[in-house]
Amino acid sequence: MVIKKKYDRKTLLRFYREMKRVREFDTKASELFTKAMIAGNIHTCIGQEATAVGGCLALNPSDFIIATHRGHGQCLAKGGDSRMMMAELFGRETGYCRGKGGSMHIANVGIGILGANGIVGAGIPIGVGSALASKILKTMEVTLVFFGDGASNTGEFHEALNMASAWDLPVVFLCENNKYAVSVNIERVTKIKDIAERAKGYGIPGVITDGCDVLAVHETVKKAVERARAGQGPTLIEAKTYRYHGHYEGEPQMYRTKEEVMEWKNRDAIERLRKEIIEAGFTTEEELAGIDKEVKEEMEAAVLFAQNSPYPERKEVMTDVYASDNERGVAR
Amino acid sequence: MRQINYSKAITEALREEMRRDEKMIIMGEDMGVMGSVFGLTVGFMKEFGENRVIDTPISENGFTSVAIGAAMRGLRPVVEIMYVDFAMAGYDAIANQAAKVSYMSGGTLSVPMVIRTPAGAGRRSAGQHSQSLEAIFTHIPGLKVVAPATPYDVKGLLKSAIRDNDPVVFIEHKSLYFYDAKCDVPEEEYLIELGKADIKRAGNDVTIIAWSQEVIHALDAAAQLAEEGISAEVVDIRSLVPLDFDTIRNSIIKTRRAVIVHEAVKRGGYGGEIAAQISDELFDYLDAPVKRVAGSNVVIPFSPALEDKIIPQTGNIVATVRELLHGGKNAVFTNAV
Ligand SMILES: Cc1ncc(C[n+]2csc(CCOP(=O)(O)OP(=O)(O)O)c2C)c(N)n1
Ligand SMILES: [Mg+2]
Repeated sequence: MVIKKKYDRKTLLRFYREMKRVREFDTKASELFTKAMIAGNIHTCIGQEATAVGGCLALNPSDFIIATHRGHGQCLAKGGDSRMMMAELFGRETGYCRGKGGSMHIANVGIGILGANGIVGAGIPIGVGSALASKILKTMEVTLVFFGDGASNTGEFHEALNMASAWDLPVVFLCENNKYAVSVNIERVTKIKDIAERAKGYGIPGVITDGCDVLAVHETVKKAVERARAGQGPTLIEAKTYRYHGHYEGEPQMYRTKEEVMEWKNRDAIERLRKEIIEAGFTTEEELAGIDKEVKEEMEAAVLFAQNSPYPERKEVMTDVYASDNERGVAR
Repeated sequence: MRQINYSKAITEALREEMRRDEKMIIMGEDMGVMGSVFGLTVGFMKEFGENRVIDTPISENGFTSVAIGAAMRGLRPVVEIMYVDFAMAGYDAIANQAAKVSYMSGGTLSVPMVIRTPAGAGRRSAGQHSQSLEAIFTHIPGLKVVAPATPYDVKGLLKSAIRDNDPVVFIEHKSLYFYDAKCDVPEEEYLIELGKADIKRAGNDVTIIAWSQEVIHALDAAAQLAEEGISAEVVDIRSLVPLDFDTIRNSIIKTRRAVIVHEAVKRGGYGGEIAAQISDELFDYLDAPVKRVAGSNVVIPFSPALEDKIIPQTGNIVATVRELLHGGKNAVFTNAV
């Protein structure tokens, strides 16, 4: 069995735990949103855990990611603290952005999260800029850019890939192709079958990977990261994946069938890894149940932390618009 | 009379114009299969076909420019930009292309199209999904800009905008989509001319000038002020470009005081433009400085504890009018907004 040769127990359990954390976080977020305890809008990544975890675990802590509107998993897997993330979703002072950004905008440069984006596609060239900084500063941290199939039709995507490849920048583009941009099936707005094919137009490798297999995603991203770090330039990776929930919570999903959703649920990445690592003798049902319990407790604690945190004070609404001269900048 | 709400009025205007003019097309993200993310075009793709109701990729600049080209060739596109914030991703198409075609072609080409776009805060959607950006469009010669507040107005104005031969940026406040209040909307066809203000409430002591959702707040404020014996006139300008300054002038000559209310950030907001025109032309009639009640000069925060603090509410309007009347030129304005 390949898995035995390539991985040790600790790593495999880490993959499992991280995917579970992502699912549990978003399951909680979904429940709380439905109960109107979280305001605004949230986009869950339930079903897409393998891309977030497989991708981020191929990075060093000092590397960077660009997250998306569907980015809770990406942020958690990059080292995000579930309590501070949940507090942000609740709009509390203790959140990553002190309640000013909310679900779609978690950012923290200390753990390498250069922000998520409410503007689809806008993060892609920002990631290229981060890679340019690595090159100029000769630090060679890699930037992993997450984006969706929908984002691959923005001008930013194409302009970003062109610059990144022309300048051989240390960046990896990871497309989470979940087939839909809100209701629009990618096949209805794109002629080619695989987004990875677009890499050809920019003279860089384009690779398709199974987004329901965390190890496959991980290996593909790892290779691309090594290539980027070695100064050989960017790679475009397309992971075929699927979101189980609507585009946002409560979205009616009239554009897809229950059968289609079931078909993808049957390929669930967490279940798949669970089976594989038990069969290969790395772990037992009991041990995994223990992890499940710990993760559940972690997320319950995160919710309590968020609920018990204060809202930002009123005067906070006026701060942070500018990094300097804020008061004068806001006054007139 | 029959009553409908704001969203229904928009849907009716779109459907009636689609039936009337087969040159009209609708383009935008999720407009077809889904019937728009706000449910405004449900059933349209079925009725009018995939050629006339087009689901676009996420390419705001691209599809807006595609619509411009189609308009030059005689179609009448109505583009939706899902949130006005995303119009910034298509701003070249709007500002450098659509707005310029008529003039730079010496009037030989025109762009009969509408860019419908929801704007506004209040839904905890944070900084990139909540802005009011009308002033960015009013600043560009060549664009008409409309921002209706009521079901009656939105229907009549949208139909006129669609028939207009210039690019019209048609701003809908997304909170009004969810606003339950219905109003009388006749079943028979009617149009409202672009560039005509509407006095939504008559009064003698002060003129409150507003558009979009702030009209609703202004009317609430006027009702409260009436209880204190202050008679406020509410002028809903409805269309920002062209602007019906005659209605504003006549009102101010009567009331001698003006308060302009908008949700957009105060700095560079369209209220500044109206205030300047008032001071240019009506200085001698004024008993008090022209006041603006507008959004704070900040990014819209997500936190429910913060968002409402920076958007003008009824109370802010009431307080400003009160001080304007009681303090006159020496009024100290205490409200932060
Ligand atoms: C510039 C811009 N246009 C439109 C939107 C509205 N919108 C938000 S998410 C989304 C779909 C994104 O699809 P995809 O990139 O495939 O990501 P997914 O939601 O599937 O993860 C759209 C159209 C936006 N946020 N920004
Ligand atoms: Mg998608």
